[in-house]
Amino acid sequence: MRDHFRIMKVDLSRGKAEIQRLDGRDDVAGGSGLAALIFGKYGLADRPWDHPEQPLIFAIGPLTGYFPLMSKTVCAFKSPYHDQYTESHAGGRSALSLAFAGLDALVITGRSAGPCCVAIGSRKFELQPAGFLWGMDVLRAGKVLRSMFKASSGHRSILRIGQAGENRLAMAGINADTYRHFGRLGGGAVMGAKNLKAIVINGDSTLDHPASREYADLYKKVFEQVIDTGMMKKYHDLGTPANIMSLNSLESLPWRNLQASSDPEAEAISGERFARDALLRNIACAGCPVGCIHVGFVREKFMEDNRYMYKQVAYDYEPIFAAGSMLGVANCFSVLNIMDAMERVGLDVISAGVALAWATEATERGLIGAKETLIPLGFGNAEAYKKAAYYLGTAANDFYRLLGQGTLKAADRYGGGEFACVLGQEMAGYATGELFFAAQSLGFRHSHLDSGAYSYEQKHAERDLEKMVDFLMEDEVPRTFLTSMVACLFARGVYRPEVLSECLDVLGYKELSGNMAETSSYIRRLRWKTRFSTGFDPDSITIPKRFYKVRSWKGPVDPEYLKALKARYAERLKALVQES
Amino acid sequence: MKVLVATKIERCIGCHICSLACSRLVHKNTSWDNSGIRIHSSGGLSTGFQAVYCLACDPAPCVEVCPTGAFSQRKGGGVKVKRDACIRCGNCAEACPVNAVFLDVSGMPHVCIHCGRCVRFCPHDCLELVEVPPGKGVSESLSREALP
Repeated sequence: MRDHFRIMKVDLSRGKAEIQRLDGRDDVAGGSGLAALIFGKYGLADRPWDHPEQPLIFAIGPLTGYFPLMSKTVCAFKSPYHDQYTESHAGGRSALSLAFAGLDALVITGRSAGPCCVAIGSRKFELQPAGFLWGMDVLRAGKVLRSMFKASSGHRSILRIGQAGENRLAMAGINADTYRHFGRLGGGAVMGAKNLKAIVINGDSTLDHPASREYADLYKKVFEQVIDTGMMKKYHDLGTPANIMSLNSLESLPWRNLQASSDPEAEAISGERFARDALLRNIACAGCPVGCIHVGFVREKFMEDNRYMYKQVAYDYEPIFAAGSMLGVANCFSVLNIMDAMERVGLDVISAGVALAWATEATERGLIGAKETLIPLGFGNAEAYKKAAYYLGTAANDFYRLLGQGTLKAADRYGGGEFACVLGQEMAGYATGELFFAAQSLGFRHSHLDSGAYSYEQKHAERDLEKMVDFLMEDEVPRTFLTSMVACLFARGVYRPEVLSECLDVLGYKELSGNMAETSSYIRRLRWKTRFSTGFDPDSITIPKRFYKVRSWKGPVDPEYLKALKARYAERLKALVQES
Repeated sequence: MKVLVATKIERCIGCHICSLACSRLVHKNTSWDNSGIRIHSSGGLSTGFQAVYCLACDPAPCVEVCPTGAFSQRKGGGVKVKRDACIRCGNCAEACPVNAVFLDVSGMPHVCIHCGRCVRFCPHDCLELVEVPPGKGVSESLSREALP
C-alpha cells in the first residue's frame, strides 16, 4: 500500500529509466485517474500524437492484485486516430505484472534511434535493439521474445505490436499476452512511432498486505460473491458471444456493413455454435477466477496426405460481430480465420472488420475496385477478407494505408462517407438505436463500455431525451471509479460502492474509501478536461447517414431524436469541463 | 497424511488464484512467486499451464541437504519448515529436482507445506488433498476418479 504513486519513466531516446514518486493518490486513485494525472505532467496537449516526447502510459490501481478481477491495465496516450487523449484497456497478465514489478504506472517517452524492446521488473531495466523483430507478426514476435527473455516465465506480461503498429496505423492495437489487447484507437501506432516493438514486464517482487485477518476474510467474501453471482456462468460458459443470438433477435446485430440488423444465418456464428464446434478451452486474466477468455481452434489441411496445422484464436462477441456478421461471414471457423489474420498483423479486429465492411460496400457501389483492394471483396468471401486483413495491416498500398487511419479518412478520398459505420471510431456491435449511437459517438473512449447505453437500450424503448442524457452522464461516474481501481467491468455487479469502500479501507486507503463519490466525479472531469485540452470538440463529430436508416427492435431510428440526443449530450460534456 | 496433488491441471485456466491464496494465507504477502504453488505457461499461453509445487518426496532431497534442520521430513512426504532456523543457504532449492522451492530476494525459501488452503480457491477443482496411506506413494494413492 502506497499513499503516493511509484512510476517508472522510460526515456527511449536516452535509453534510461528513472523511478519517480508522484503525489495525488487521494485525488485520482489510480488507473484512469492516474493516467490523466501523468498525461497532464508529461503529455504535450498541443503537439501531434507522434511527437517523440508524447508519453505512452500504462497504469494500474490501488486494488490491483489484492482482490479478484482487479486485473486490468489502463493504457493512455494521444491517439493517432483523432490526435486527442484517450485510453484503451486490457487484462492478461499486464496488471499483476506491473503490480509485482512494484509500480503503479509505466511511462514510456522518447523515441529509440532504431527498433528496440524494453524489459522491466522490480530489479530490472533493459533496453535491447530489436531490428530482427521489425516486420515480424505478433505471434512470431511473441515466440522470439519468450526465448529472449526467459526470466519470470508465466509471471510476466509481454506487450507487442505487429506490422500495423510499425506502419503507424490508427487501427493498430497492442497485443497483451497473445489473447488480450489494448485494441482501440491506435496504441500500437504509438509504440511503432517510438520504434518500440515490445515491452516485457516481469512481476518479480512481493507486495505487503495488512497482517490482520480482516483482509483475508474480505478477499474470501468477495471471491465467493464472484463465484456465486452467476458471473462465472455468464462469462465463462458461452461468454460474451451469447449476445449474438439475443442481439440478432432484437434486430440489433449489424450485418453486411449495417445494411441489416438481423439475419437467419446468425445461428452459424452464435455463442452456442462456437462453444459446440470451435471452443478449445478457456483461460483467465491473472487474478481472475472467471476465465472469460474463450480460445477457439481452426484446423487447416495445408497439403495432401492429411497434413494439418492448427491455429488458436481467442474470440468474443465484438470480434465475431466485426469479422463475422459485419462482413456477411456466417461460419465460425471462417470468422476465426479472419480474426487470426487481423491479430497476426496487430490490427484491432473491431476497427478492421468495420473498415473492410465499408470497403466491401464501396466496392459494390463502384467507388473503389481491385486497383485499391488488390483482391475483389464481397460480403461472405472469407478468403478475400483474410488477404485484405494482411494488406490492411501491412499498409500494402495507398488505399489500405489510408483505410488503416480510419474508415472516414478513406471515405473522404473515395466517397461513401454516408455508409461508413463510424461513431467516433468504427462502431461496436450494437445497432440498438439512438441512445447507443449517441453514446458511442461522444463517449470518452468511443467504446460501448463508456456507459451502459448498449445494454439499457436492449431493454428500454422510451425516447425521453433528458432522462437518457442524465443516464449517460451519471452512468459514467461509477465506471470511471472502477477503471481507476482498475477492475474488469464484468465485475461491476460485485464491486458496488460499499464493497469497493470496504476493499480500500481494509488496505489502508481510508481517505479514498471515505470520498469515493467526490473522487469519482473529480476523475471523470479530469479525464474529460484532458481530452478537451487535446482538441476534442463534440460538435465536430457527425453520425453518418447509415445510422439514421437503422431499424432495430424499437422500430426505425428517429433522426430528429438522435440529433437532439447527441446535441444535448455534447452540451452536457462541454458544461462538465467548464465546472470549477 | 494428506498431500496436495494437482490432479486435474489440464483444466487450469491460468488465473493464479491458487498462488495468490498461498502467498496471502500461508506466506502472508501478495505475490505469485512467494508461494508454495506457482503456475507457469510453457512456450506461451497457447500450450497450457503447469503447476510447480512440492511433489511430496519421501525421503526428500531438500531435507537431506538442509544444514540447520530448517527443513525436516514430513510424514507422508514433503517437508516441515522452521523459518527461524533457516540460514538462507539455498541448498534446498538446488536439491529439489522439480524446482518446487522458490527463493525470494533475501534467499528465504518458499515451499508447499501441503496444508491445502489453496484447494478451495481453484475455480475448476484442479487441486485436491489426497490421503496417502503409510508406505504408499502419491501416485498409487490417487483414486480412479482423480486420475485424468
